Amino acid sequence: MRYLPLTDTDREDMLARIGVPDVDALFSDVPAGKLLTAPLDLPRTKGELEVERIMARMAGRNVAASSVPFFVGAGAYKHHVPATVDHLIQRSEFLTSYTPYQPEIAQGTLQYLFEFQTQVAALTGMEVANASMYDGSTGTGEAVLMAHRVTKRRKAVLSGGLHPHYAEVVRTLSEMANDAVVSLPPDVSANEDILSQIDDETSCVVVQNPDVFGNLRDLTPIAAKAQAHGALLIAVFTEIVSLGAIVPPGAMGADIVVGEGQSIGNALNFGGPYVGLFAAKSKYIRQMPGRLCGETVDSTGQRGFVLTLSTREQHIRRDKATSNICTNSGLCVLAFTIHMTLLGQAGLSRLAEVNHANAVKLADMLAGVKGVTVLNASFFNEFTVKLGKPAAAVVEALAAKGILAGVPVSRLLPKAGLDDLLLVASTEINTDEDRAAFVAALAEVL
Amino acid sequence: MLNRQGRPTQSSAAATEQHATFTGNKALQQIEPLIFEIGHHETTGVDIDAPAPFKSRLGKHARKGEIGLPGLSEPETMRHYVRLSQKNYGIDTGLFPLGSCTMKHNARLNEKTARMPGFSDVHPLQPVSTVPGALEVMLELSHYLMTLTGMPAVALSPKAGAHGEACGMMAIKAAIAAKGEGATRTVVLVPESAHGTNPATAALIGFSVRSVPARDDGTVAVEDVKALLGPDIAAIMLTNPNTCGIFEPQIVEIAAAMHEAGAYFYCDGANFNAIVGKARPGDLGVDAMHINLHKTFSTPHGGGGPGAGPVVLSERLAPYAPVPFIHVEAGTPRLVENAADAPPGNVPFGRMTAFHGQMGMYVRALTYMLSHGADGMKQASEDAVLNANYIRAGLSDLMSLPFPDHPSMHEALFDDEWLKGTGVSTLDFAKAMIDEGYHPMTVYFPLVVHGAMLIEPTESESKASLDLFIATLRDLAMAAKGNDKERFTAAPHHAPIRRLDETRAARQPVLKWVKPAPVAEAAE
Ligand SMILES: Cc1ncc(COP(=O)(O)O)c(C=O)c1O
Repeated sequence: MRYLPLTDTDREDMLARIGVPDVDALFSDVPAGKLLTAPLDLPRTKGELEVERIMARMAGRNVAASSVPFFVGAGAYKHHVPATVDHLIQRSEFLTSYTPYQPEIAQGTLQYLFEFQTQVAALTGMEVANASMYDGSTGTGEAVLMAHRVTKRRKAVLSGGLHPHYAEVVRTLSEMANDAVVSLPPDVSANEDILSQIDDETSCVVVQNPDVFGNLRDLTPIAAKAQAHGALLIAVFTEIVSLGAIVPPGAMGADIVVGEGQSIGNALNFGGPYVGLFAAKSKYIRQMPGRLCGETVDSTGQRGFVLTLSTREQHIRRDKATSNICTNSGLCVLAFTIHMTLLGQAGLSRLAEVNHANAVKLADMLAGVKGVTVLNASFFNEFTVKLGKPAAAVVEALAAKGILAGVPVSRLLPKAGLDDLLLVASTEINTDEDRAAFVAALAEVL
Repeated sequence: MLNRQGRPTQSSAAATEQHATFTGNKALQQIEPLIFEIGHHETTGVDIDAPAPFKSRLGKHARKGEIGLPGLSEPETMRHYVRLSQKNYGIDTGLFPLGSCTMKHNARLNEKTARMPGFSDVHPLQPVSTVPGALEVMLELSHYLMTLTGMPAVALSPKAGAHGEACGMMAIKAAIAAKGEGATRTVVLVPESAHGTNPATAALIGFSVRSVPARDDGTVAVEDVKALLGPDIAAIMLTNPNTCGIFEPQIVEIAAAMHEAGAYFYCDGANFNAIVGKARPGDLGVDAMHINLHKTFSTPHGGGGPGAGPVVLSERLAPYAPVPFIHVEAGTPRLVENAADAPPGNVPFGRMTAFHGQMGMYVRALTYMLSHGADGMKQASEDAVLNANYIRAGLSDLMSLPFPDHPSMHEALFDDEWLKGTGVSTLDFAKAMIDEGYHPMTVYFPLVVHGAMLIEPTESESKASLDLFIATLRDLAMAAKGNDKERFTAAPHHAPIRRLDETRAARQPVLKWVKPAPVAEAAE
């Protein structure tokens, strides 16, 4: 087997050196009768060519986003990733290293984490950011737990504009920990009355911007009311590119900002791995979950970086830790930070502008299709359309025509009475031809 | 003079000579500034045309100020990250014996298949009818995991080991609640030797943690567990093989005792690499066990992630598995994304994450499994165990073994008893290994032995590589015992940077780059 260097002679020599007759003697602690004698019923070793063929056959059964006009979003977005990014993240020293527990031989990882934290803090308008969470949804769950620790209260209020999967993750965690959650009903037009939900028991208010329906929200009054009641505002985003064009949550008074970073540097990957971004006001730093990279000096005074404030973490604090997270999104962080370095603020603003322009064009074209209404007063690169027909069936019909049109709201919110709503996203990848094909096919299907 | 392994027989004097350079660089080791110190706010390394004029729909939400981030051109970006990479040690650099972490070879075929557009370029919410191959990967991976563990069900979506622990413990909590015992069964037993994620997970889910003592031989005794059992006990979280590298000899009795007391057995499967194809958790009485695909099944650690932590579940816990999952009806797979759509008998406890988990890692792990096959995976486990015991045999006359009565599984645990009186600590010893070109072993974990050194070579090392490693550790051990203290306490001498001041980092946290004050002001 090509991955195993030992030869049979090696094995024999080594057993002799150890002083046991055979390898099973090393398994002597396995209880009687529990050591497997027969091989398991799975195929045998295969060569690289054969494995590649098997995997390619399965991959070939899926429709790749770049092979069709593609408008699917709702928390994961198709963007162009520069070739430089994927080349660099495959360098052995990045790909095959571990968590930088030995900082003297992990300065590469530590320096990019420090740069990443600086980038995330700047993008969100916050004071500090951590070294990543698994993804936006689990990060949101962790943000709620952090708010409970900070406020010593246990009730979260979730906006009806929060991505339903994110809300479900929060509810699952909260139910397990016996914490209270108030979930507002789906809020298609961003006009819910969340302020009246905030009281002196509220630990945090969780609001997404742009929300899952694509609406842009002013978080300032929510932050003010929450803070007046001793609660925190957790601002969530699922499309980090939006922060190139809209007011960042930090400027609206958010206490914790959490969201999905997949759009920058990372492929769609059918949902993972992605990269959760997590930022906060620095006064809450000791309650933050996850790893933090900090600057220090070595014994000669040279600048270097280490993981720090780890007394918050599971390997030191055990059951009193701020989170159980250990492995995070390392390499996805690297992809993010390389792409972000290439973009810079100039490139990100331009990218955001093109995304918005494409979405505006598409919204205007769709609004011209008979039976279609665009519901958003404002949006960035995603919006909601009302079709007058169940959106799931329309999406299937369009898929049959080779167009991936968006996400039916009913897929995220079944039985919510929103079956005729469709979430449509448009990024820099879409061309005039894509839009024309979408609109023509939709007119046929409706 | 060189010996047969091509190594100098004495430590090299030339290596310690100092020739200061004007730049501070040392040939291939370059000092690399932060992007904020070399980039410009107007620079970008991505060419994107401005859109034709259009009417913004951002309304009052348009960003006002600038972000405050520099960009780099493409060549500058390439050089920056290549230089950073050269300050890192990876598996491809050399032996990486980090116990509990299973730093095995990461085959590049896995990277290639994961990047096939049919896997990397599919959206989690595109119509299910357009992703039958993705469901096939998930089903195939599930089949392999269930077969290798002998367990009847698997929840794929957890994003790493700790997330898998949370998933398994939530299933246990849901099962307990379903029996009406939610208010009483609130305590989880965790051995002192457990990884920190175990107690942290139990606490996260609202359990309180009670410690199980370890016996002098590094294992958990069924009598000690039984003594703690009662109507308040929900589960035990036990690692097997355990964190001392020992297969728990009484695991079957412990599982039976838990079940008899109406409680559950969560097994931490981080060390599964020792027993793939050799023993099945399902035969041992396990109710839930996470598998770190980034350890046992070779998906790269990537400098700290991403991973994947599928959880295999017993018959008793399977109905509570979270959404999403794939249900096969009459040969047709159906993706169940909402509890309301779950087939009869299933009562999902909720959702662990948006979407469907770590597809990119599923593809890599499945590629690994297909490559190895059942025979290769069994051989890999045997070689991993053989390699660990070979290192142990090569060092145990010089370094102290806290638990000599049990064979090691895939990792060998030493303590610092043998360093007593030398003035050299476990940490110093680890840093001296860096100078010799090795990544240190895991140090100070598990907590049950003093100054732990946990060595896990994995099956990826050749005998020649192990021989050189053993010889080097022997040289170091002799030096430590031979009053060569400075070699250790001031180490590393040859890394890109000298020993870092971690206390200072924690006392005055600097967690992001801040533009320095202009020189004139700073001077005042
Ligand atoms: C014994 C043990 N349990 C659990 C974990 C946690 O796994 P992860 O880092 O994937 O969350 C680890 C990993 O370091 C481990 O070694």
